Order: sequence, then C-alpha cells, then structure tokens
Amino acid sequence: MNESRSAVVVDEESTRATDPVGASVDVGAPVIVIQPQRRWSLGIRSLWSHRELTYFLVVRDVKLRYKQTFFGAGWALIQPIMLMGVFGLFFGRLAGLPSDGLPYPIFVLAALVPWTFFSSALGASSRSVVASSQVVSKVYFPRLIMPVAAAAAFLIDLALSFTFLVVIEPFWGIYPTWRFVFIPGLAVFALLTALCFGVWLSALNVRYRDVIYTVPFLIQALMFASPIGYPSSLIPENLRALYGLNPLAGLIEGFRWASTDVNTNPASMVAVSFATTIVLLVSGLIYFSRSESSFADII
Amino acid sequence: MAPMVRAESLGKRYELGENTAGYGRLTDSLSNVLRRRRGQEVSERREVWALRNASFEVDQGEVVGLIGRNGAGKSTLLKILARVTTPTEGRAEIHGRIGSLLEVGTGFHQELTGRENVFLSGAILGMRRAEIQRKFDEIVAFSEVEEFIDTPVKRYSSGMGLRLGFAVAAFLEPEVLLVDEVLAVGDRKFREKCMGRIGQVSREDGRTVLFVSHDLNAILSTCPRAMLVDRGELVADGPSHEVAAIYEREHAAFAAVEGSFERTTRNPQMAERLFLGATVLSAAGGGHAAHGEPLTFVLRTNPEFPAREFGVDVRVLDARQRPVAYMSSLEMAGRYFAPGDTVRCEIDCLALAQGTYSVDIGAAIPFIQGMDLWSGEVGFDVVRFDPFDSGSTFAPDDRTGGVVPAHHWSREDDGS
Repeated sequence: MNESRSAVVVDEESTRATDPVGASVDVGAPVIVIQPQRRWSLGIRSLWSHRELTYFLVVRDVKLRYKQTFFGAGWALIQPIMLMGVFGLFFGRLAGLPSDGLPYPIFVLAALVPWTFFSSALGASSRSVVASSQVVSKVYFPRLIMPVAAAAAFLIDLALSFTFLVVIEPFWGIYPTWRFVFIPGLAVFALLTALCFGVWLSALNVRYRDVIYTVPFLIQALMFASPIGYPSSLIPENLRALYGLNPLAGLIEGFRWASTDVNTNPASMVAVSFATTIVLLVSGLIYFSRSESSFADII
Repeated sequence: MAPMVRAESLGKRYELGENTAGYGRLTDSLSNVLRRRRGQEVSERREVWALRNASFEVDQGEVVGLIGRNGAGKSTLLKILARVTTPTEGRAEIHGRIGSLLEVGTGFHQELTGRENVFLSGAILGMRRAEIQRKFDEIVAFSEVEEFIDTPVKRYSSGMGLRLGFAVAAFLEPEVLLVDEVLAVGDRKFREKCMGRIGQVSREDGRTVLFVSHDLNAILSTCPRAMLVDRGELVADGPSHEVAAIYEREHAAFAAVEGSFERTTRNPQMAERLFLGATVLSAAGGGHAAHGEPLTFVLRTNPEFPAREFGVDVRVLDARQRPVAYMSSLEMAGRYFAPGDTVRCEIDCLALAQGTYSVDIGAAIPFIQGMDLWSGEVGFDVVRFDPFDSGSTFAPDDRTGGVVPAHHWSREDDGS
C-alpha cells in the first residue's frame, strides 16, 4: 500500500500531508485540489515525479519509429549520410566553401549529427500533444511529458549517428581527443535546443493548427541560418556573437569542436546560444503550463 | 470522518462559436484583437455552462452513480474530477489518488504487443512500473488473452482489445475511481465481470467509486446512492432508487419539440450539425401517442452539411435508456437521403406499451463513419394502450418488456 501510494498522480505543489479539517484521513494521503486557476509553475517537478511515464513514452516512440521499415534503425544514419553527400558535392566541391581546415565530409557530418537530431526532435515534439489528443481528452498526467518524451526518443538516433562519425573519422586521419568529454553535455544542449522550440510549438499547435505548416519552414530556415555547410568563421568577427543568438549556431560549432580536432574556439558562441535556448525554453515552459489546462477543451 | 471527495459549486463554461469550438485560427484571434481595439463588436460567442453549482460530498467506500441525459453534464463533472479539464469556477478536494476510467484502453497503440500496451497504458493511468509488474499476471488472467500477450494489438479482435484495456484499468488502486460508461462495451459476460470487479473494489478495499452510466439498471444494482444531473445542474442526490424514480418522471415530461438545441458534442468530426430539428407527429399531438396507431418522425436536415448523401437511423429507447426499437433507412430499406431533405419515418402501427420513450437520431454512411448523432432530445409518451378495448391497465416492466406487437388470440378450432 505504501509502495503504491508514492505513485500518486499529483502535483507536489498541491499536496499536503494532513487533512485541513484534521479528520481521520490517512496521514500521507495526498490531497488533490481542483480549482480554476492553477499556480505558476514550469512543470519540471511534475516531469520528475512522472519520470517512469516519460520513460515508457520514449520506449514506445523508439519501438514504433522503425517498425515495419526495411532499414530499421539504419534510418538514423541514412539521413545524415545522404545529406553529407549532397553538401559535400555542392558546397564542398562546386562552391568550394571553406571548412576550418577539416576534411569537408567530416566538417559537414560533425554538424549534421546534432542537426539531424534537432530537426527530427523538433518535428516530433511540436506534433506530440495533438498526436495524443485521444489520451489528452481522457486522462490526466503532466502534458509536458509529451513534447519532452517525443524529443528525447531521438537521443538514440543521435547516439547512433555520433558513433558512425567516430568510426569514420580515422579514415580522414582524425582521432578522438580529450574534447570528447563535452559530448554528453552537448547532447543535453541539443535536447534543450529542440525543446526550446518544441515546447512552444506543441502548445501553440493545440490552438492553432497553423503550426503544422510553420515547422517545416522553420526547420528549413534554420538549416540555412546555421553553420552546417559553411563555418561560422565566414561571419565577420564582430557579428559572431549576434550569430550565436541562433541556438543552433553555438550547438553545431560546439559539437564540431568537441568531436574533431578542428582549430576553433566556439566558447563564446556556445554561451550566447545557450543563453538564447534557456530564455526560449523558460518562456515556452511558462506558456505551456498556462495553456495546458485548456488542452482537453480545445484539442 | 472527512469526505473523500468534496466539491463546492463546481462549474464549467464552454464557449461555442466559430473560433473556439474546435480549431482556432491565428487570423481569427488577431482580427478579434484588432476589432476590440477599434471598439467594434467581436464575432459572436455563445457561452454554455455545461455544469454549474455542483456541490456534493462523497465518503470513503461509497459507490455513487451519476445519471442524466446525454449532454446533461455528467461527463463534464467526471472530467473535472479526473483533472482532464479544469473548472471555470468552484473548487474540489479529493483525498487520495484518483484513477479515471473514462475510456477502455487509454493509450493503447495498435502496433505494440499486448504486453507492451499493458505497461504503457498502466503508466498513463498512473501506475508505477513495479506495481504493473507485480500485477501483470493478474491483469493478463483477468483479460483472458494470455496466449496473445506478445502479439501486436492490431491483430486482436475488438473484444480482446477491450478486455485487455479494461483489465489494466481494473487493477488500478486509486482511493477514488471514476468510471464513465465504459462498461457499455464488450459482450454481456465480460460486462458483468467488469461490474463485479467494480463492486468488489469498493466493498473489499473500501474504495470510493463515482460511476456514470445510461443504464439505470446498472446504477441500481451497483450504487446505493445516485446523483441526477440535468442541464448542467445537480438536481437530485440520494438513495439511487429514489433518484432513478425522479429521473424516470422527468423523462415523462417530454413533449414533441420542434428542436432547436445546443450542440454538446466536442468531437470535431461531428462539429457540423446535420439534423436541424425533429418533430414527432401523432394523431393526439403534444407528444402523446397510442398503441396501434401511426406515429411519424419528421427530421429536418441542413442543406449546408458537407456530405453528398447519408442514411438515417432512428432508435427508440425506453425510460431506462434501453433500446426497444430500431429503424434504419440504409440497413433495412437501402434508402439514401441528401442534405436539405426533410426526412419522414412513418410507423404504421406503433407496437409499444404505455410509457415514456426517447428517440436517438443518427446519420451514417456504413463503413465510413457516424456523421451526426442526436440523442435523447425528442421523445414521446404512449398514453393509451388498450389493443383489445378491454380496459386493460397493463403497464410494462422488466419482466414483460415494452414491445407489444399487434396480435390476437384464438383457439385453434375457432372459426373453421
């Protein structure tokens, strides 16, 4: 009984240990208060208390993604490899873009690994709430779990494509350096970057289905605005901090720096991008928690 | 002893209208903001209170039935308590965990196996992984699908899917269990098993259950106490047989209405209304009908409705919401109608005994989807039943049923 009691579907902020009337209700039984305007919150604590559900949704998404496909998890690699070929041919060979001294294919692939994760995770998380409308209108759980789980499910793909990058780097004479210790941190950064857009868009999508049409456009625009096929050293020195306002700029330069032996110093750009990400993420979380109570009514 | 559930003047307002009922469009919101700035009228919004002033208390271990017509506000109340939707006003306190069973198979995914779905659905309903693992064998045994537990649910028959879905929910262990109509599915044997499980949960474990159903018999047999919801208000609360009697009497107040009604469905697929109004015509008028006489339903349909053609179904239910008669233009007569048609369904010789009946009107293209369903908004009373002019005072009950076909009695060697 005590075991199951801790599984309570309840927001901690509305849980009290004792009954206000002081009557003989079990101490420890949560009191759930239902009222119109809920308190301000970012919803992060309820995310933690529902981590098992998040886990199950991630597992579901991963299992479903490549069911009944011929290549299966190979798809995690096919997309970045194809793009690497396209970029290599058109931007590397024909346009002759610089690559900070790296072999061009590696230069591009090191950017495509976080980029592919970002674009897939963003797409999935912005669709997530509307895609689960059936569940949203029938049962309560913190809605934030949906965009988070949808994005997190692509971390597996990120790990696969990163492994592929590491495996092929030696063919161009590049070997792992101490900078690898930053990779896990950058993976978290990548997740936050996808979520800083995804949380906003998944909530907006419930009310305005316009979002479905905006996302592909947004992804396309960000692809050109991010240093994937070209190095950010092309940007004039004094504008580079401004360029970092694009969260992807810092993420990609940081990832490229950590996964190769490239001779750049992206620290300041990473800092600016990270700050942008956090601002977008926090505002998104606030918007999400303000609007989630009406999801079931308008979805 | 403090109540497990205490609700104080709970209310829920929905806004009906183009821009809020279903999908919002960004441009609409923007143009409304601009108009408001300029002091112009914002496009008309109608507000509907789906529930208002609902106050009640439920003690530990009580099993309470919620009854009322479709759209009366029962489900809204349940959804507020389940925290699926927030109230517009009022407040409720619930002491303990809430388990809501508003649907069978919540969160099931067709591509996943039964086993995977048990864990997924259990987690969505609020169970911990360890808890699901502990109860897994019981859940599977209850569902009777052991052999297929590692088969994708898409290969299940619909009955198997429902059984597994219910089994997961049946092993939830919340202090307060909310159940909505879900037992109206599946075969009779399994329905009874589900009802039994709900009764057991409250009796043995002292859990509190709130149970919404159309089936008065289910309420009477399961819930000692019932609450009646009508037009968004809690109009009666007490021993279930008394409340059920009030409900049946209310139904008797039906008149033949030229309907103009509020849409209560929130299903976007049904946002377009097909039926504009319905009238019940009889010789006596005023919604009064007589056994053995003609009865006609006249249904006006919307010329703007976006469908080329459709079939019409009329279903007659008795005061306890049990179907007693069914007529279908497509299934039986092969007859289609077009939007804008005024559809007549004529019964030559009514075969129903004295009592109050309500009518469901549905439109459908078979194998596609239900297009519109109009439930319980019109009805009629059979006020005269005397097929043999014998002064019969027969009143139908559970033993007899309400259908009395035209018939006569004789001895075999009579008249030859």
